[in-house]
Amino acid sequence: MLETETVIFASLCYIGMLFGIAYYGDKRADIGRSIISNPYIYALSLAVYCTAWTFYGSVGRAASAGPAFLTIYLGPTLMATLGWLVLKKIVRISKVHRITSIADFIGSRYGKSMTLGGVVTVIAVLGIIPYISLQLKAISTSFLLIHQYPSIKPLSDPGGFKIWSDTTFYVALLLAVFATLFGTRNLEATERHEGLVAAIAIESIVKLVAFLTVGIFVTFFIFDGFADLSRKALRSPELRRLMTLPTDTGTFSSWISHIFLSMMAIVFLPRQFQVMVVENVNEKHLNKAIWLFPLYLVAINIFVLPVAFAGMLSVGSSSLDADMFVLTLPMANNQVYLTLLVFIGGMSAATGMVILESVALSTMICNDLVMPLLLHMPFLKLAQKKDLSSILLSIRRLSIISVLLLGYAYFHFAGEYYTLVSSGLVSFAAVAQFAPALLIGIFWKGGTRTGALLGLVAGFIIWFYTLFLPSLAGAGLMPQDFLAHGPYGITLLKPFGLFGLNVFDRITHAVFWSMLANVGCYVAGSLFSRPSAREHTQAAMFVDVYRYMGRVHDSSVWRGTAYLPDLVSMLERFLGRKRTEAALDNYAMTYGINWDQSLTRDPGLLNHIEKLLAGAIGSASARVMVASLVKEEPLGIEEVMGILDETRQAIIYSRELERATAELRAANQRLQELDRMKDEFISTVSHELRTPLTAIRSLAEILHDYTDTTSDRQQEFTGIIIRETQRLTRLITQVLDFQKLESGRTPWSITSVDLKDVVEDAVSATSQIVNDRKIQMQVHLPEISRPVEGDRDQLIRAMVNLISNAVKFCDPDQGRIDIRLGYDADRLVVSVMDNGIGISQADQMKIFDKFQQVVDPIRGRPPGTGLGLSITRQIIRHHNGELRVTSTPGKGATFYFSLPLEERTKKLDR
Amino acid sequence: MTRDKINGRRLVGLFLLGMLLFNFPLLSLFNRPILVLGIPVLYLYLFAVWSLIILLILIISSSKPETQLPDHRG
Repeated sequence: MLETETVIFASLCYIGMLFGIAYYGDKRADIGRSIISNPYIYALSLAVYCTAWTFYGSVGRAASAGPAFLTIYLGPTLMATLGWLVLKKIVRISKVHRITSIADFIGSRYGKSMTLGGVVTVIAVLGIIPYISLQLKAISTSFLLIHQYPSIKPLSDPGGFKIWSDTTFYVALLLAVFATLFGTRNLEATERHEGLVAAIAIESIVKLVAFLTVGIFVTFFIFDGFADLSRKALRSPELRRLMTLPTDTGTFSSWISHIFLSMMAIVFLPRQFQVMVVENVNEKHLNKAIWLFPLYLVAINIFVLPVAFAGMLSVGSSSLDADMFVLTLPMANNQVYLTLLVFIGGMSAATGMVILESVALSTMICNDLVMPLLLHMPFLKLAQKKDLSSILLSIRRLSIISVLLLGYAYFHFAGEYYTLVSSGLVSFAAVAQFAPALLIGIFWKGGTRTGALLGLVAGFIIWFYTLFLPSLAGAGLMPQDFLAHGPYGITLLKPFGLFGLNVFDRITHAVFWSMLANVGCYVAGSLFSRPSAREHTQAAMFVDVYRYMGRVHDSSVWRGTAYLPDLVSMLERFLGRKRTEAALDNYAMTYGINWDQSLTRDPGLLNHIEKLLAGAIGSASARVMVASLVKEEPLGIEEVMGILDETRQAIIYSRELERATAELRAANQRLQELDRMKDEFISTVSHELRTPLTAIRSLAEILHDYTDTTSDRQQEFTGIIIRETQRLTRLITQVLDFQKLESGRTPWSITSVDLKDVVEDAVSATSQIVNDRKIQMQVHLPEISRPVEGDRDQLIRAMVNLISNAVKFCDPDQGRIDIRLGYDADRLVVSVMDNGIGISQADQMKIFDKFQQVVDPIRGRPPGTGLGLSITRQIIRHHNGELRVTSTPGKGATFYFSLPLEERTKKLDR
Repeated sequence: MTRDKINGRRLVGLFLLGMLLFNFPLLSLFNRPILVLGIPVLYLYLFAVWSLIILLILIISSSKPETQLPDHRG
């Protein structure tokens, strides 16, 4: 005989033990000696995936659909193989950004969006409600069964419902109390619950042991092993059916879609995200967990089919709920302790899920739904409130209780519509809506907030319409013909056959349409919207998380000032004094905090504080809180210009380098040219010196050796000697002059000079050589005189040079030289034109260089030093003018220069 | 390429293998109501593949880097 009191007492003892473990775990965590920091506990905590659905529902599913129950466990195994690629990345991102929930994760990925976090929370809460009601149903059903021990007759429908006499209601309340105690036990609002995880791990052991025990008992004690059971089952056509999958068209799609759903569920169920990501102590634990956890799944599934067969064979009557075979088999065999163990095992499976799920949901509701809303109501002045952690805890407690009551309400009104497994799959389909935004979002930077929002909402609406609404309709809360004929008789909109799609089962149908809408809207929305700057940076931080590891910079680099005491008191309100001090000391040790300065503008510190807060209240709320204290300075045009300027400077610098290099190269070339010219200069000068010297010497030798030369000849010879000596002197003077001009040592005596006089003087000075050659020289001078400033003697010399140059190259028979002087508005122009051989285009460039002479192929090298034009050009340049030449070869050349008129004259003219 | 990356690729390969083995049409080969070793053949196949995959995950994920990078911190 099993007394109800005994059952209740055992249950309370069990829960009390869990509470003790949780308490111990938290204590150990406080002193920094975590008991959950090993991969085995981590893997066991992941096994919270196995709920009452697994414990009771799998057998029921196997008894009705055969191997299909396994899909729910094959999916997580496949996901484990992607552990390295997907799970590790999610864990890493969450650690870096201090993610507290899946809503936080998705919101944070898309620019710390509050809207997105809120939407995810709403989907999660509504989606999980059927799942929680499933657990309540399992616990209350098993309790009612064990209550009438040892009779295993089917439960009769209690006519007339009274909430105060409903076991499930009390179960829900009890679980709410436990969840509140476990999840919000600490006064500090933190993201991690070490004690709770330890308790969950123990629960995983208990439910595994209970199920294995009942499996072994049924298989080896009631029956004679697997083979015996299978052989007996083979004989019954009903059981034979369970050994294979049906061969109709829907089987394949259901198989695939259920594997897909369970793959998603293992990551995106709020409680799975909580244990796998948020409560993860060390990323390395994942390495072992990805094979330990699937191993656990294998173990808990080995006896599902034998128990289902045994149930069908022994107590199998169609009226008995196959979901409860695990319990009814020991009962039917009068195993009191085994029955109790199974009951405890089932309870641990259900409570573990309910407690963790409601805690995870309460974190989401608090951080991503309620807090952002409250923070956006300025009249509440929440940021200025003294004790915020108690407000946070109250919100969380209320959330837990509401979630459980919603679960109870769903169970009460709609719970009978789906079996255990079906209700679970409805929830799986809901959380699968997070997959596109999260999975694509961590690999594709192009996903935007708009896209994620559209995808989530579209997928959710379809899920709601095709799965949630029908369960309400099935429960009589909505007209029944809505299911059969669609809303307002529109058959195309039938919830189970949307747009006439009838090839899938209900779950697959919903998964297909919702994922199509979700992914479609996500991708299209992302492609056709532009992300904000913050979305951009967050996307990069998430997608390239491995690359950005260890960098201090975060996307939300705070630019502004805040009062340090304000920041500290805010942290204390959320985290408590001790934790705040520890956290800030930690930061100060690494980076240093200037405590003397009450006003801080250290972006690193502000960032650190935001992250600390994010751990407690979620990233979106943390941003708002910090923003309320930081007087943010907008990014000014100066800063933008500054950033641009740096780039510009770099470009300018490299351009300057290029130019300097080019200049150096040119200078080098010029130096080489100069060197070559110096050599030429020396050789030319020595040549020019030697010619007269040779003449002088030979004449002097003749005079010396032949004393009998006639006096006429002596006269003639000494005359030549004198002329040659003069020529030598002239040459040397020219060289010296030129050197002086080149080096700028020439003394200039600047006066007002009339160029008409200069030209006339030069013409008279050269009249001798002009007449000698019988050259016709014409001088065209204007009537008026407009003086220039200059050195009269030097200008005469320049003119003489030009004239003698013209004489040298004039036509030898009919030489003609025209000299012109003209005035411009503010300049005068002098030109000297000859009708000689002319100068080719190439030579025109060179003739002004030292010792450059136009060598005529017939007449050879012209007389003179080759310094004349160089000297002339130097002189003209000194007077701010320029000497140029135009020429047509064969028809003569024109040298001309212009000089600026004297300032005074210009003024007078005006 | 780091050991992490190699292992990551191997595991992705394992994922593809799992998708193949756990699905039609390979599944339909075993979809018969007969017993092998006293166990329905479809279940035997599924559990065998399942265990094989877990074993392979174990082997891949626990394979150590062949050459340890020298530690410069000491």
